[in-house]
Amino acid sequence: MQLIVDGKTHNVDVEDDMPLLWVLRDELNIKGVKYGCGIAACGACTVHINGEAVRSCQTFVSDVDGPVTTIQGLGQPEALHAVQEAWIETQVAQCGYCQSGQIMQAASLLTETPNPTDDEIDEAMSGNLCRCGTYPRIREAVKLAATKAQGA
Amino acid sequence: MSRVGTIARRTFLIGSAAVIGGVAFGYVAYKRPAKNPLLNDLAEGEAALTPYVKIDANGITLITPRADKGQGAYHMQATLIAEEFDVELDQINVDPGKPSKAYYNTAMAEEAVPFRPTDDSFMAETMRDVMDAPMKFLGLQVTGGSTSVPDSYEKLRIAGAVVRETLKAAAAQKTGVNTTALKTEAGHVILPDGSKLSYVELAPMAATIDPVNKVKLRDPSQWRMIGKPMLRIDTIAKSTGTQRYGIDFQMDGMVHATVRLNPRQGGELKGYDASAAEAMRGVQKVMPVKGGVAVVADNTWRAFMAAEAIDCDWGDAPYPAEMDGHWQALSDSFNDDQIDSKQRDDGDIDAGLAAGQVIEAEYRVPYLAHAPLEPINAVVKVTETRVDIWTGTQIPRFVQASAAAQTGVDVENVHVHVLMMGGSFGHRLEDEVVKQTVEVAMTMKGTPVKLTYRREEDMIHDFPRQIGMARAKGAVKDGQVDTYDMGIAQPSVISSQMGRQGISVPGPDSQIIAGAWEQPMAIPNYRVTGYRAPELAPVSSWRSVGASLGGFFHESFLDELIHAAGADPMEERLRLCWHEPSRKVLEAVAEMSNWDSTLGPNKGRGVAFVTSFGVATAEVVEVTNTPDGIRIDKVWVAAEVGRIVDPVNFDGLVKGGVVFGLGHAMNCEITYSDGMAEQENFDSFEGMRLKQCPEIFVRGLENGPKVRGIGEPPVPPAAPALANAIFAATGQRIREMPFSKHIEFV
Repeated sequence: MQLIVDGKTHNVDVEDDMPLLWVLRDELNIKGVKYGCGIAACGACTVHINGEAVRSCQTFVSDVDGPVTTIQGLGQPEALHAVQEAWIETQVAQCGYCQSGQIMQAASLLTETPNPTDDEIDEAMSGNLCRCGTYPRIREAVKLAATKAQGA
Repeated sequence: MSRVGTIARRTFLIGSAAVIGGVAFGYVAYKRPAKNPLLNDLAEGEAALTPYVKIDANGITLITPRADKGQGAYHMQATLIAEEFDVELDQINVDPGKPSKAYYNTAMAEEAVPFRPTDDSFMAETMRDVMDAPMKFLGLQVTGGSTSVPDSYEKLRIAGAVVRETLKAAAAQKTGVNTTALKTEAGHVILPDGSKLSYVELAPMAATIDPVNKVKLRDPSQWRMIGKPMLRIDTIAKSTGTQRYGIDFQMDGMVHATVRLNPRQGGELKGYDASAAEAMRGVQKVMPVKGGVAVVADNTWRAFMAAEAIDCDWGDAPYPAEMDGHWQALSDSFNDDQIDSKQRDDGDIDAGLAAGQVIEAEYRVPYLAHAPLEPINAVVKVTETRVDIWTGTQIPRFVQASAAAQTGVDVENVHVHVLMMGGSFGHRLEDEVVKQTVEVAMTMKGTPVKLTYRREEDMIHDFPRQIGMARAKGAVKDGQVDTYDMGIAQPSVISSQMGRQGISVPGPDSQIIAGAWEQPMAIPNYRVTGYRAPELAPVSSWRSVGASLGGFFHESFLDELIHAAGADPMEERLRLCWHEPSRKVLEAVAEMSNWDSTLGPNKGRGVAFVTSFGVATAEVVEVTNTPDGIRIDKVWVAAEVGRIVDPVNFDGLVKGGVVFGLGHAMNCEITYSDGMAEQENFDSFEGMRLKQCPEIFVRGLENGPKVRGIGEPPVPPAAPALANAIFAATGQRIREMPFSKHIEFV
């Protein structure tokens, strides 16, 4: 089976029903993608397929129909995506474990809706759980990222 | 009060030692020195290592023994060292070091004495000092109780100053310039002519001279870091998916394991049939372990699938199978034989009740899972002579001791490598996962075994926050609160938790009455009685521990009495509060929330004040009763912490604590049926979602005499402030968590 992840092509020999999450983490060693719940209730495993946010724990690897982008492909410490820049400036992270998923969700939101209202932010981001309670800063960071993306 | 003098009298010494290409400095003597932890594990050519600062060819490493579970402990510890050491945070590496007695937690001892945190009397201070000694004896290198900052505040600054002065002495020796003419900045010693010598190049010479142990700490007015907004050292990694947590740890040849445990915690495994699991792709082994069965496979998901395919025959739970039995046990505990403590007993309760209008109420709080987002995990490699453990833990020394006992390998050959934690909230004060991983790894010597819990196993086997019940009677007289008598029944969380480590804790459990007995309120007739319920489900410390129950009980009932008296909830609390720094907290939150202003229809405000972990914290919650349920609009928080090390991190931790307290109060509980937890994932244990999150406004006050940690104190007032606000908006008094049993939330 062939997968394109963060611009690289990989061949994997796995069961059709292995969730994309575990192919990324255990077969391809892309550890930026996180396991939180396994039932699409927390959003920690969020990646993009064809640019759209999906829960990789609920996506069979055989159903992946386009290039996959993970947090590590979105941007790097030396080449940050606008959403990551905003996350750093706002200092959102506490334990940080959910933030890969939060950032991927926010990036997808801003691609579809470059200038979201408060309600649109609340709606798009409420599937991503943060046990540390960083929600106030997530809201701030999404707004800052929207400003940055528009200024760019 | 200056404690630096006290520390000097106890011969606070910092030693140094040569390491390859450099020097290591540390805190090696306190009364009598604890053995330097790193002497046992030296690479060839290394003479010795010491605990706090190491400078070698790789640069500068600060050792930060308090574990980081998301609260920014590494950042705070690094900041305290760097402030005096004169390095920038982007110039250093951080390493949690190895488990050692030398890293014992003094501040934890302070919380173990029977004095109110507001009590700065000679006797209370003396007892706190005396408690240092047993803590040192036990070598409690524990992260918890919001103690990381209080414990580190002086120790680490002194360590930084000693290293700086020693490097200056080395520079003086090298250049012939007197130390008084030398300055330090950003990892360099600056000579009078402006030329610079880097700490790294001075390190080999520093290793040859005696450390300069007579140092004077800088006046706060000279600080460049403490109290200023900083970029937390882990922010970039945590925003780019490059932060590695325990669950991400990877080694060549590593296998992936998981467990299937008796959902009736502590019940036996009577038998199992793993034939289907063993036939599944990638499965290498199925074996019994403590509490159930483990599966070893070549991929985490394959291990998970195989674990689900095992047919297990589980024994009964050692506690009541249904919740009725748990509540009955609490209800039956309110009797003289089960009195655990009566730390507050002022005035005359009977006379007070006889003289005023009597109010009675009963409150309940449920079991709660910690449920950090990173499921618990460990990697263990066992050989005949050595054990290596890579895991996120708050109790590295317990982990080390128990692995030594399990394997028979000498404790000094058990190496615990503490990794970043994706949250804890107290969950990682337990080490069952390590014990199970050691069991598996002992059968596969030389192979690193990573064991990861499925979320469901994690939640079902998360030794939850203890259940509790309070019964209160009070009276009001002349428009004032006059009599307050509260009994609180809980199983002992400390006994349950320490029991799992084989430690028996004598005496009363201060957590049964925490958040209630020590509040600085001058109620004329005032009693708080703790009743020790029998052990029920196994329980564990949950962010803010006893105060998460006691704060809710105490502040809910106080609010009921104030309303019965016809008084204003803020004014009456201010009238009752005798402790000046606490009054300032209440005054601050009243001002921030514009308490005296009139609210629109269907709106209500509630206030709660709880001192926990020595931090006076007041919160005001504002809600609207909408047709779709209660909406939490705004929260204002003021907290007294003595000194704020990093205002950005402080603000984040307080807001997070409020969200944590509100979210669990809204909709979370762990209930048992047929002995099994009924909630096993975030669909049934949800907490707060972003769209439910109120605007939160934070103010930290610095009037108190001591430096305090802020990880836990914002949690206890959140639930009662919300309940009190709901009462103000709806007239409905909610006396049981989760509130969703009684009212809808938007």
